[in-house]
Amino acid sequence: MTLSTTTDNRQQVRREAMDALTPEIVAYIEECAGDTYASSHLINILHKVQAHFGYLGREQMDAVAQLLQVPTAKVTGVATFYHFFRMEPRGRFPINICLGTACYVKGAERVGDRLCEELGIHFGETTRDGLFSLEGSRCLGTCGLAPVIMIEDQIYGNMTPDQVPALIEKYVLKAQQEEQDQNQ
Amino acid sequence: MTQEHMVNLTIDNVKVAVPKGTTIMDAAENELGIRIPRLCYHPDLSIQGSCRVCIVEVKGVPFYMASCAVEVWEGMEVQTNSPTIRQARRDIVELLLDNHPRACLTCERDGNCELQNVAYATGVRERLFAGERKRFPIERDGSAVDRDPEKCILCGRCVRTCDEVQGVHNLGQQGRGFTTLVSPAHNCSMDESVCIQCGQCIAACPTAAFSEHDSTEAVWKALADPNIHVVAQTAPAIRATIGEGFGMPLGTPATGKLITALRRLGFDRVFDTNFTADLTIVEEATEFLNRFEKGERLPLLTSCSPGWINFMEKFYPELIPHASSCRSPMAMMSSLLKSYYAEQAGIAPENIFVVGIMPCTAKKFEAQRPELRTADGLAETDAVLTTRELVWMIKNYGINLADLPDDQFDSPLGESSGAADIFGTTGGVMEAALRMAVENITGAPPQDMEFKEVRAVEGLRERELKVNDSLTLRVGVANGLTNAKILLDAVLTGEKTYHIIEVMACPGGCIGGGGQPYPPDGYRIFDKRLLAKRAQALYTIDGAKEVRSSNHNPAIKKLYENFLGEPGGEKAHQLLHTHYEPRLPRGIR
Repeated sequence: MTLSTTTDNRQQVRREAMDALTPEIVAYIEECAGDTYASSHLINILHKVQAHFGYLGREQMDAVAQLLQVPTAKVTGVATFYHFFRMEPRGRFPINICLGTACYVKGAERVGDRLCEELGIHFGETTRDGLFSLEGSRCLGTCGLAPVIMIEDQIYGNMTPDQVPALIEKYVLKAQQEEQDQNQ
Repeated sequence: MTQEHMVNLTIDNVKVAVPKGTTIMDAAENELGIRIPRLCYHPDLSIQGSCRVCIVEVKGVPFYMASCAVEVWEGMEVQTNSPTIRQARRDIVELLLDNHPRACLTCERDGNCELQNVAYATGVRERLFAGERKRFPIERDGSAVDRDPEKCILCGRCVRTCDEVQGVHNLGQQGRGFTTLVSPAHNCSMDESVCIQCGQCIAACPTAAFSEHDSTEAVWKALADPNIHVVAQTAPAIRATIGEGFGMPLGTPATGKLITALRRLGFDRVFDTNFTADLTIVEEATEFLNRFEKGERLPLLTSCSPGWINFMEKFYPELIPHASSCRSPMAMMSSLLKSYYAEQAGIAPENIFVVGIMPCTAKKFEAQRPELRTADGLAETDAVLTTRELVWMIKNYGINLADLPDDQFDSPLGESSGAADIFGTTGGVMEAALRMAVENITGAPPQDMEFKEVRAVEGLRERELKVNDSLTLRVGVANGLTNAKILLDAVLTGEKTYHIIEVMACPGGCIGGGGQPYPPDGYRIFDKRLLAKRAQALYTIDGAKEVRSSNHNPAIKKLYENFLGEPGGEKAHQLLHTHYEPRLPRGIR
């Protein structure tokens, strides 16, 4: 049948979806979309999106849904089911607190609580200024230093809750310094 | 059924033989009349087996089995009511309850809640597992559908209804474990989501995790204000279902009692949306005949169902040019009330408060559409009450509708033909249009007014109707949007051609609308037996009317003569027609 195309927004929606991703990811999704069980590739695709963007943004998940033609509620359902996927960008300084047995026994939980309190976020979240994100991880392999936290690639051992404010301050200053250097 | 297709088993030590492929649940119910308690199960939806309420013991199996999800096997020994299984079933329900607000006394489902019923039936009499309970924000500002995820028991019936019956796929289980939540993608509000506001999630929910957005407060307020002229209009399907709320037998037409009840509540005028259903047919048949002559924009898609219109705008925007530009009967009535009626009655439109009594939640959304405002920016429909809300208001007033005498609609917007009554059920709009179109094409009214073959009680029908020797009309009728997709996709690929397609968003049509009373005992939503009884009420009213074709409604003729001019004319276009726009987010179909 011949149709008036004026009210068809399919191409526009597709274009916007493609703009939200990279050409490589789009090509990969299109390859998957041809499959009989296209939706079975969803997790793979989300891995690729997160590997590139560092997280799964709303725009990116909408784009995956449109290009793969899988309902968006299913995409977000899968994304929120697995702990591996993050819905928010990582902070400039990702903080990982070890919650392995040794660290836990030596008070990691109290250090974690203090971090949440000082940063005003929960585990899995990022501070509003984008500087810090907080995650718990399994054993970091430095049990002798328990309890341990890791900021970027730097390990801090024998942590107590009282050491947390100064440590955060150190990174806030580092960020300010970086900004100044950039402006010069 | 031959011997090898039968399976022998025992249920509660009674030998039975059932066809291969029967579930334990069905075997127990069909053979022994044992109705195993259940929550997530629905015969018209896929099996999820998540609530675990229907567990039974099977000899040799070291765990309890969900009877809805397991097919019988030869030699199976099932216990549905051993002491351990009864205890386990009760524990499961207790665990559900302990993660559920203790708000039964103030809940809108009180007295009609499946969870409450199952809790009673399984013998939960105390709460043993008190502990942390999930907490979620409540969504109370939807235009049509509100959400209270704390009441959700994760049975997934709404998700499966939205996926399988409506093809909208708006809902999903998000997150995991204790914080699992049923919501649209990104946990956004229903209004921001791809939701089409049909309200079938409300009907499917065993508790009140979904409900219609309340309009009763606004209506009470208007009724109490002496300076406001409050006008009701009642949709065709209401008269077929309102009695259910008051224990009247299923399928009892209650038009006259409904009118009396509305007057007692304090409505200044009670008009009939049926009147504008007739008007819709005159306009829509005229529109169809125009297109038919020119051979353009066929098939014509009907536009009475606002859930379907929302679906079209989000899922099939390329078909917008095919939709009839006719407003829904409710919108036509509201527009006439704030123009023609206001003028006749000498009341300023801003002092008229129009209340639509609808079987439908999507009508609440439609009422807020910017396209459906007067030239001065006034909403034409001020409030929409679902059948459930009206039942509650009448009860709240202390009236038993069943005991009321009959009354009549106000004139002149209260007279209707039989064609208008059947708008409330599948195929009704098509049938009404055919009654008029056939007369226009052949010059004589159809010999048989009843086009029974377009009544798509199974959900989807396509038919060829021979009008005369030179003309056969190809029509498609769908209710439930998954069914509609089949017709629309066939049109888009060019595989099929039709002259007219009628779509009603809800299964069975408006009689199965998202705002209709929860099914009475022994029935469930999508239940064909329930829908047939409700439809019969409408066909009975239609059959008893002298005028059965919209174009012969004398009040309609008079309205054109005195006010509107020609069908399809300028004034009619301004007041009775509308336009549609593609809307985002675009649905995945």
